[in-house]
Amino acid sequence: MDTIIALLVGVLMGASVYLMLRRNLVRFVLGVALISHAANLLLFISGGLVGADPPLIQVGADLPGEGVSNALPQALILTAIVISFSVFAFLMALAFRAYESLETVDPDAMRAAEPPRGWKSQAAERTAGTA
Amino acid sequence: MAEPATRSAPVPLYSWAAVGLPLGLFAWLCSFVPEVSAGESRHWEVQWLPQHDIALSFFVDGLSLLFALLITGIGTLIFLYAAEYMRGAPHIGRFTVFLTAFMLSMLGIVLSEDLITLFIAWELTGVTSFLLIGYRHEDATSRRSAWQALMVTGAGGLAMLAGFVLLGEAAGTYSLREILADRGALAADHRYHWILALVLAGAFTKSAQFPFHFWLPNAMAAPTPVSAYLHSATMVKAGVFLLARMAPVLGGTEAWTATLVTVGAITTVHSAVVALTRRDLKQVLAYTTVMALGACVLFLGVPTQTIEGDVSAAAAAAMCLVLVHALYKAALFMAAGAIEHSTGTRDLRLLGGIGKRMRWISAGIVLACLSMAGLPPTIGFVGKEALYSSASAAPSGTVALVAIFLASALIGTVALVLAGPLLWGRLTEAAARAKPAPWQLWCGPAILGAAGIVAGLAAGPTFGALVLPAAASVGELPEHFVPSLWHGLGPALLLSMATWGLAALVFWKRRAVARVVSSSLSIIPLTGDSAYDKVMHGIAASALGLTAVLQSGVHRRYVATVFASLALVLATTLVVRDAIHVPELVPEASFFEWMLGGLIAASALTVIFTRSRLLAIGSIGVVGTAASLIFLLFGAPDVAMAQLMVETLVVVIVAIVLLRLPSFHYEIRQNRFRRFRDAVVATAVGAATSLVVLAVITDPPQRSLTEYFERTAVPGGHGRNIVNVILVEFRALDTLGEITVLFLAGSAVCALIQRRSRYRRLGSLVAAGKASATATDPELSQR
Repeated sequence: MDTIIALLVGVLMGASVYLMLRRNLVRFVLGVALISHAANLLLFISGGLVGADPPLIQVGADLPGEGVSNALPQALILTAIVISFSVFAFLMALAFRAYESLETVDPDAMRAAEPPRGWKSQAAERTAGTA
Repeated sequence: MAEPATRSAPVPLYSWAAVGLPLGLFAWLCSFVPEVSAGESRHWEVQWLPQHDIALSFFVDGLSLLFALLITGIGTLIFLYAAEYMRGAPHIGRFTVFLTAFMLSMLGIVLSEDLITLFIAWELTGVTSFLLIGYRHEDATSRRSAWQALMVTGAGGLAMLAGFVLLGEAAGTYSLREILADRGALAADHRYHWILALVLAGAFTKSAQFPFHFWLPNAMAAPTPVSAYLHSATMVKAGVFLLARMAPVLGGTEAWTATLVTVGAITTVHSAVVALTRRDLKQVLAYTTVMALGACVLFLGVPTQTIEGDVSAAAAAAMCLVLVHALYKAALFMAAGAIEHSTGTRDLRLLGGIGKRMRWISAGIVLACLSMAGLPPTIGFVGKEALYSSASAAPSGTVALVAIFLASALIGTVALVLAGPLLWGRLTEAAARAKPAPWQLWCGPAILGAAGIVAGLAAGPTFGALVLPAAASVGELPEHFVPSLWHGLGPALLLSMATWGLAALVFWKRRAVARVVSSSLSIIPLTGDSAYDKVMHGIAASALGLTAVLQSGVHRRYVATVFASLALVLATTLVVRDAIHVPELVPEASFFEWMLGGLIAASALTVIFTRSRLLAIGSIGVVGTAASLIFLLFGAPDVAMAQLMVETLVVVIVAIVLLRLPSFHYEIRQNRFRRFRDAVVATAVGAATSLVVLAVITDPPQRSLTEYFERTAVPGGHGRNIVNVILVEFRALDTLGEITVLFLAGSAVCALIQRRSRYRRLGSLVAAGKASATATDPELSQR
């Protein structure tokens, strides 16, 4: 199963990068959702698939029994899940608002603040400004 | 040049007070002369960064004493001169502060005992000289010259710092006394050539050696007192000082000799020739400064020891040249300033016969020119004799001999060019108008000119007190090295006579020589100055180009750059560490695990390829749910639970929002090439990550932290669910941060959605949500 999860991390990463490179904000946000799954699985697998029992300590005992899973990555993943969910919700709202304001989900059309220019024209402007 | 117009303004009191500082320092430094000439040295130290072996420490030995005395002694006359010269000019207070700060940082260079202290003082002279050269900041030429001096010397200074760090690491200490005590040890170090190149870069830029010489003549945009100070005793001598300081450690090798002799010879001859073509008094002086610096460098490069073990006096010759040049050059600059002050011009052709009007100044010029031309009985003559005798004695001294012969002859010509028309020329209109200069202006040239004669007549004591102790810090001296005014009719004297003869000849034919030189110089397409402009323009253009490429404003390019770099870094690491583990073709796993894996992969691909929004939402949900099943399968029920709940929320949110966004059918599809390119990047990132994970899981995981948590969960955290204990006890601050992020994101989402008055479509969405809430909530519907 280790190998399968390792491959899955790669598949999810690749899929999310491809989605983030689309010219569509919606696909971009979906890519962000996928990459957090990749990260969670990566954290999980790096702790090792050591046991199938949850990391609990029996009443009366001071140590967990043999064959419990690694507790540390689990704690990290729990934090990561919540944060990636927050980021995802925010991005979704942002994409929605962007669409409401600009009537488009094409990021290339959202350049009101930074109109595209060639660097040569920028250089010319600069030298004209300093002279 | 816009010289101060109001002559009636009084000299401010602080200008007088500022003269006291160099004077006091000069007197104090003089008290070290007996001690230092006996071979002792003084040392002061304040711990600065002891953990890095960096101290604010200073010491006085022969070399530093010679330079420090020149800095403060000439400084005294310069401050006195500047008080009168700058009278009525704007911002005299500022000027005085800059000049004082410059003098102190210059003293810092020559007295530093620590490499880092030396570097800091070095940079301080760069900054203060920038302020001084750019003193007339309203003038564009001034600003450019100041920038140029700062950029050239600053770049060299940075190279020098790198060299110092290497040097300090190689020697194991930053203390100059300790480094100097271990002479010759560094030449065998494998970093020697790097150290040499970097330190020489610093010295050559500061001392205006070819091809970095161009900034010095341009720096003549500064007020004359500044030029007189910077270019005689201080700023440009810093590079020579550095070379002299480092000569015992870095010198004596073939690389050292070859570089210094070549660069010094080229600089000397080139600038001497250019000096002949100039008409502006200060420009002529600037080029002769470059020439003298070249000669100093040349002589520091001459090997001080022959194969048979005989020691040559090249170091003494170089030190003597430093002294001679500082005296006559400061005198000539001050005289030039005084002449401009009273006639308003610096053009040599317009200043004929000025000597008949300004007698004291002329006296100073004559004495300085005697020293410059190396005529007896000046110290210049003694110095030149020492140069010739050491060059002819030195092994492979022929290049040096030829270069110094040519340079001395040309310098002699320049001395004639300077002195001749000024003193004996036909009285010109501008010169006739000249009024005698006030005493503050002529006393500097006169004193320094007289000092050249006195030092020459008393050559023995001068050398014994100043030059020989300095030379002893640079290299060993011949046992019976006794300089004197009269050596008898030896080869040195014959060479001197030949020099004067050649000088007179060139002076006689100077118009023809200048014509030939000008035309031959103009065929060189790239001068240092225009190369500087090209480099500066190139830097600015490439910065703009790079910014335009990196900051394109297209967010996909940012994403692609970031992820392509990630893939590259991961792949490089994998290859370098030899950590690529190719998995077996069919990994061992149960049917259920295969199903989960296949489900996630298929869903991820579906999100990419589907054109149905609903299918995309569902696939995202499937990925999350399958992931939570994996967590459940391998002993992480808490994670699985959280994942499942979050996934449900995600699907709900996406379903609400996504269906109000335009359908995928209207999206702009990139062309086939771009999709292929993106697919390559994506595949590379995916493959690299997978390989990294595969490499990671071949080693058993580090469990020490987990074991710590397991051990302390019950006694320390009083909890039996270890994951919970970690989250709320051991990593409670992390959890607080996580809650804060959640809160901030929620607030931001609210803020984004609630501004509905401007966006009616969004408003109707929220209204619809409220209506459905009221419909299902009886309490709300009653209101």
